[in-house]
This record gives sequence, C-alpha cells and structure tokens, in this order.
Amino acid sequence: MRARSVRGGVAVTLATVLSITAAACSNPGGPGKGAAPADSAVVGIAYEPDSLSPLLGYGKDGNSKIFDGLLALDEDLKLRPALARALPVVGDGGLTYTYELRRGVKFSDGKPFGARDVVFTYRTILDAKTNNPSRTELDAVKDVRAVGDHGVVFTLKYPYAPFARRTVLPIAPEHVAGRQDVNSGTFTTRPIGTGPYLLTKWSKGEKLSFRANPGYWGGEPKVKRFTMAIIKDDDVRATRLRSGDLDGAILPPNLAEGFEDENGLTTYTAKTYDYRTVTLPTHNKVAGDRAVRRALDIAVDRQAMVDAILNGAGKPAYGPVPTGSEWFAKGTERVHDLDAARKILDEAGWKPGKDGVRTKDGVRAAFPLWYLTGDKLRQEHALAYASDARKAGINITTEAGTWEVIQPRMKQDAVLAGGGSPADPDFDQYTLLMSTLAGDGFNNMAWYDNKAVDEAVEAGRRSGGPAARKKAYDTVQRELAKDPGYTFLTHIDHVYVVGSRFGDLTTQVEPHDHGLASGPWWNIEKWTPRGADK
Amino acid sequence: MARMTARRALSAVPVLIAVTFGVFAVAAASPFDPVKAYAGTAGLTASQENLDQLRANLGVDQPLLTRWWDWLTSAVRGDLGDPSVMRMPVADVIGERAGWSLTLATCAFVIAILLGTGLGVLAARRPGGALDRCVSSAAYTLEAAPAFWLGLLAIWFFALQLDVLPAGGLTDAGSDTVTFGQVATHLVLPASVLGVSQLPWFFLYVRQGVTDALDEDPVRGARARGLRERTVLLGHALRSGMLPMLTLIGSRVPELITGALLVETVFSWPGIAAATVEAATSVDFSLLAALTVLATAAVLLGNLLSDLLYGLADPRVGFDG
Repeated sequence: MRARSVRGGVAVTLATVLSITAAACSNPGGPGKGAAPADSAVVGIAYEPDSLSPLLGYGKDGNSKIFDGLLALDEDLKLRPALARALPVVGDGGLTYTYELRRGVKFSDGKPFGARDVVFTYRTILDAKTNNPSRTELDAVKDVRAVGDHGVVFTLKYPYAPFARRTVLPIAPEHVAGRQDVNSGTFTTRPIGTGPYLLTKWSKGEKLSFRANPGYWGGEPKVKRFTMAIIKDDDVRATRLRSGDLDGAILPPNLAEGFEDENGLTTYTAKTYDYRTVTLPTHNKVAGDRAVRRALDIAVDRQAMVDAILNGAGKPAYGPVPTGSEWFAKGTERVHDLDAARKILDEAGWKPGKDGVRTKDGVRAAFPLWYLTGDKLRQEHALAYASDARKAGINITTEAGTWEVIQPRMKQDAVLAGGGSPADPDFDQYTLLMSTLAGDGFNNMAWYDNKAVDEAVEAGRRSGGPAARKKAYDTVQRELAKDPGYTFLTHIDHVYVVGSRFGDLTTQVEPHDHGLASGPWWNIEKWTPRGADK
Repeated sequence: MARMTARRALSAVPVLIAVTFGVFAVAAASPFDPVKAYAGTAGLTASQENLDQLRANLGVDQPLLTRWWDWLTSAVRGDLGDPSVMRMPVADVIGERAGWSLTLATCAFVIAILLGTGLGVLAARRPGGALDRCVSSAAYTLEAAPAFWLGLLAIWFFALQLDVLPAGGLTDAGSDTVTFGQVATHLVLPASVLGVSQLPWFFLYVRQGVTDALDEDPVRGARARGLRERTVLLGHALRSGMLPMLTLIGSRVPELITGALLVETVFSWPGIAAATVEAATSVDFSLLAALTVLATAAVLLGNLLSDLLYGLADPRVGFDG
C-alpha cells in the first residue's frame, strides 16, 4: 500500500470517529429525569448476584422477584403459602413434609407449573455435579418425589423442625433449565420463573431491569417497571440518589443521615440478625480460658460501639439472637463492668505484669485478632474490642487479612466474624456452635466445644413444638453466657432511603447476607405508588 | 507496510502464548482461592464436603501445567471455556462487554490526542506565555490526579451541581432500551474524564516537540523564505514535533486500559473492567487468560499503530526499520 493512500485512509477514519464523538458531545439533552413515570421504581444496591439461577443458589432465602418458592415469609417472618396451596402437612414424626401445589400457575413462558418442576429443582440442587455452594442447607433431605401433578412429598433423613422454612427456595422450570448445562447454561442469566417480575435485561455491572408479570398468580404488581442499579461505591450511590437518578438506595448510616431532612425521601431502618462477634478459639491457651472469656464478655463496652461505630444504627448483641427477637432469652443481657472483669481475672490467677498485661503460669494474656482486609466496619469493631480488652489487662493485637490468610489460623487466633439468620435460630446457631462442626470450612470458627450447648442445639432442630424449641434456644443462650466462646458485640441495622411517593413501606427483619432481596423493596410487588393507576 | 504488519502479527503469537502461561503461573501462585471466590458469602456457611465437591467440579484441583494446556488447546479450537465466577461461557462474558469498553476507550483516546495536540501547539507558539503557563500547570496537576478522583469530582460538578449530565450507567437507570442518544449522553462524562486523565502526556510531548522544532533549521529556513506563520507552525514544526507523540500513542495504551478500569467502576459503565477485577481476585483462570490476551493484543496493536504512523509521518523511517 502506498503511503499516500494510507494517509488518506487514516484521515477518513479519524474524521468518522471525530464526527461520532462530536455528535456524542453535542447532544447533552439532560439525563431525562424529573418526569419519571409514577409506576416505575429504580433502587441502588451494592451487591450484584453471580447468577440468577435458583439451582446455583440465587434467591434461596426468598424474595427473588423472578421466582416463587413453595412458601414465602411475610413481614413478621411468618410462613405463608406461595406456590403451595397451604402450609405443608408434617407426618411420620417429622420425617415427611407433604405439599399440595397451587393450580393454574404458569411460568412466564406460558408453560404450566407442576410437581415435576419442584422435584427437578430440589434434585438438581442436591446433585453433587451442581455447583451450588448452599447445598448443605438441604442436608436433611433424603428424597423428594411427586404425587400426581399437584403434590410433592419430602422425606427427611432426620426430624428437622425448621425444614418448612427452607422451602422458600425458588422453583425453576424443568422444561427450560432441565435442557441445558446447569452450571453455565443461558438459564443462569436469562431466568424464567413464576414470580411477580420478569427480567427484561441484566446489564452486568450496571443494572437488573424487571417488568411486572401481567399473568402473576398473586395479581399484577402496580409498580410496572423495577430497576436495580448496581453501584458498589457508597458515595456514588448517595450522589445518584440525591441527583434523582434513583428512587431509593441502601446507605451506610452516616451517609443516610444527610438525607433525613430531604423532602420527598423517607429513611427506613431495618432491624436485623446481622451480628459482629469475636471468636475466642478453644485451642488458644488464653482465649480458651473460661475466666478470660467471661472477663472479655463484660469488659467490652457494646453501647459505645453502637454509638461510635454504627452511629446509633444498631443494638448491643449478647448472643446470635438480637434482644428484640421473640427467641431472645430474657436475662442474658450483660452489663459493661470493667471492675468485675478485672476481679474475675484476679480470682482466676491472671496476675497483672509490669507492662499492664496479665500472666498466669508463664502464659501472657495476649492473642491476635484477625479481620477481613478492607472491611472498615469489622476493622473498627476489632480496634474497639482490643482497646476495651487492654483496659482489663489482655493484650489483643489486630491483624488484617483475606479469608485465605485467616482460615488456617482460625484454630488458634481470634477472628472478627459476622453472621446471622432471622428465619430460624437453627440456621445460624447449628453451624456456629456445634462441636462436631469445628474446623469444617468456616463453620464453628472458634472450635467451640460445650456439651450442654451441643445438646440444646440438637434438641432445638429435632423437637417439633414451638415451646420446646424456645426452651432449647433459651438454654443455648444461657450456656453461652456462662461460657462465652464468642464475644458478641453488635447487631447492625440496615439503613435505606426511599422516595416518599411510594407510601409507607415496611422492612423485614434482615439476615447478615442481605443480597438484593432485602430492604423496603422486599415486597415491591405490593407497593402502590402515588399517581399510579388504581 | 503490509510485510511489517504480517511480521509483527507472526511474532505476536509466541508473545501471547507466553503471556497466557505467565497469567496461569501467577494466578496459581496467588493467595486467592477460586473456590472461595465462587462460593462467595455462601462459602462461609458451607460444609467442607460441599466446598471440596465444588473444587473438583470446577477443575481447580488439577496441576498448573495441565490446566494451562487444556485451556490453550481448547482456546485454539475456539472454545474459551466456562469461567467459574460469571457462571457463563467466557466468549459471552467478553462479547457483551468488550464493545462498550472499546467505545469508551476510543472516544477517550481521541479526546486526549486531539485536545493534547491542539493545546500543545498553541502553548508551543509562545512558551512561557499565559496560555502555556496555565495549561502546563494544569497538565502537571492532572498527571498526578487519579482517574477515579477526577470521576467523582466530575459527577459531583456536572451531575449534582449543574444537573446537566447523568451520573453513571449506560442509559438512565429507569430506561431499558439502549438508544444512541441515551448512550451518547451517558458517554460524555466517563469519556471526558478518561480522556482528560490521559491528556497531559500528549500535551506535554507535543508542546516540547513543537517548541524544539521551532528552533530547528528547517523552520528557520521556512520563516526566512517568508512562509506564513500558519504554514510554518502546522506544516513544518508540528510535523516534526509530532514524532515523539506518535511513539507515545503505543505506550499509552496500557495506561488507558488501567485508567478505563477505574473510570468504568466509578461510572457503573458495563465494560470489561469489572469483569477483569473480578476474574483477578477470584483467580478465574480461563477468563483472566482471555482478558490478558485481549489486553496484550491491544498493546501490541498500539505499538504497531504508532510505528506505522511514524513511518507515514516521517518518510525517512522505513516500514521495515
């Protein structure tokens, strides 16, 4: 090619690119807001799901928008029938759960929903070849089979009282998902369900767009278009909420404060089971000592953490169950009392050394406390904990690391951990406290080993009656207070700011992992925005 | 010229293969665990048995060399593999994002080159003049300013204070259809920020190049012959002053890619950046390797382009040189 003609080509290309850019730049036109349709809602969230397939774990705790479970949880976390016609019939001493299915329900592609879809969904999740990291939650299931087109029976390996609460898990259509690779097929990004909304577009890293399902069995939602904008940075999310680009967003408490006097916006504070705790490993000579555990438990100033770290948006935590819950064992609250903490340590033989750090039989009262790198909230909790401990003569050094670094050290070193599941006390307490699960993945990180607690946790999951279960979890909390192998610090509120035009909204009690299902939009299918038709 | 292009393309093959092996080796040595990344928060409550099963299913328990060879041979056959984190084929992940990243980077590059060259020539006309002093100091400041900070500043000023441009996304958050107008308005801020963050280098190179050229014999000769100042500046000085800038084009491509990474995150731009970060932290071998090949190819292409342009601008430099 001759240099001259190349030069010409380059010029033409440049001119084209230029004119496109110029067109782009000369077309500001404004972002086209101000007149957002009354029946649409745009919310900003910090989290993006990896997949929209229930078979891979999406929506396992309900509120998946696109799908329905057999059952659903209402505002007070009571079970309500969804794709099942009624709550299940429990038989055979708690070993079988029989569901009668709702009739006439269709998937959004028009095909009918039936028992085979339920069986397909559960069997696929239980299949070892399916890459579902939450499979353990269905550990109790031995078999699931269809009874005709409208009945499903689950058979369990052992009586498992909270099982019905696991069946909020969304149901996938067999005729779509059954015909492709469960781990990487198109169903993972283009889901088809029975739920109140249809996914119109998932622009990865930007947003998920939904439109109302006109054929929804629960009635077509009044919010016709619903968008979840994925904005990971808190400041950017707040900025876009202020600019009117968003109708609502989840915000850290300090940023939400700035919206309190804003016209047209309402702040919602959701109560949660989301706790922050310090693991006190049984195999550490200091942290495994009961006197040290009890001293730390009362040396720590929880209210100060709530005020200073959480801006008041939270509550002191004395165990996995928050004080406001019906499962909370009254009387297990602990009072901050530094002198009593010192007395416990003195009596147990932990004598103050020259540098203020106690020693006993040549062992220095010191151990490291790890927190997840980049998690500011955990870092602040860890620093506050270390400073409170220091006042009682226990020297805790805080260290940051990724889970890969922390995991091999969990047997000896303390970790600032988080967790909490409101749906049932078994869901988080069993994996947190059972001695048999010590060192199993991230379960029982403290290697907690207490026979009375083991028995009570086991009793809580097996016995059926609510009164018996309440008694079992009361025992767990009281035993935990006597031998606090974890120092529970705070339960953290989740704060949301949403446009007032959507009326008075509610929030559920939220778990630690609050994905995209939580927040005031947990029941957006029931919202009635002002100005929307009817 | 065609021969040079072909030769470069041929020599790129071993480079790309070596780079993919490097990626696999570095990723294998990294402290991140792909299974933990795949499981996410669910992994913190999963049983060890569940996690071990995932490790086997994802094939990450294989030795490094086996995995690399498997990836390479299937990539050659056109199958880039299934990345674990995204839960969809690699080709789809890249396909749906690459276009938006390319649009953003091209616009930003054009802005940087045109503005940088224009301002550079104007500044070089009167070194030490008011314009030169203003633009130069601004350029040094911009050189030091991180792109994400510029992005936040731009959002604050244009979206919040003036309310003339959207703060982020590809289209308005409430709109589902991708129209030209929507994308164009949403492109202005990220492209400008990315362009402006790259501008100082072009400006400073052109300014220096043209200033030097203005002192050289050909320019003095042209002036002595009584040519118009415009002709001298654009025809003589700019032409030889541009040469160092052309080499810059090639070497700025990697910077542009890193800059785009940050800018895309700030503006929720649905490009390849977010996928790259995710692939890296979750040690998603197949996706990471494909993305690195893409970035390497972009850098090689940038170098080729700058060499070709150099040859076109300065006939003394041959295409085979």
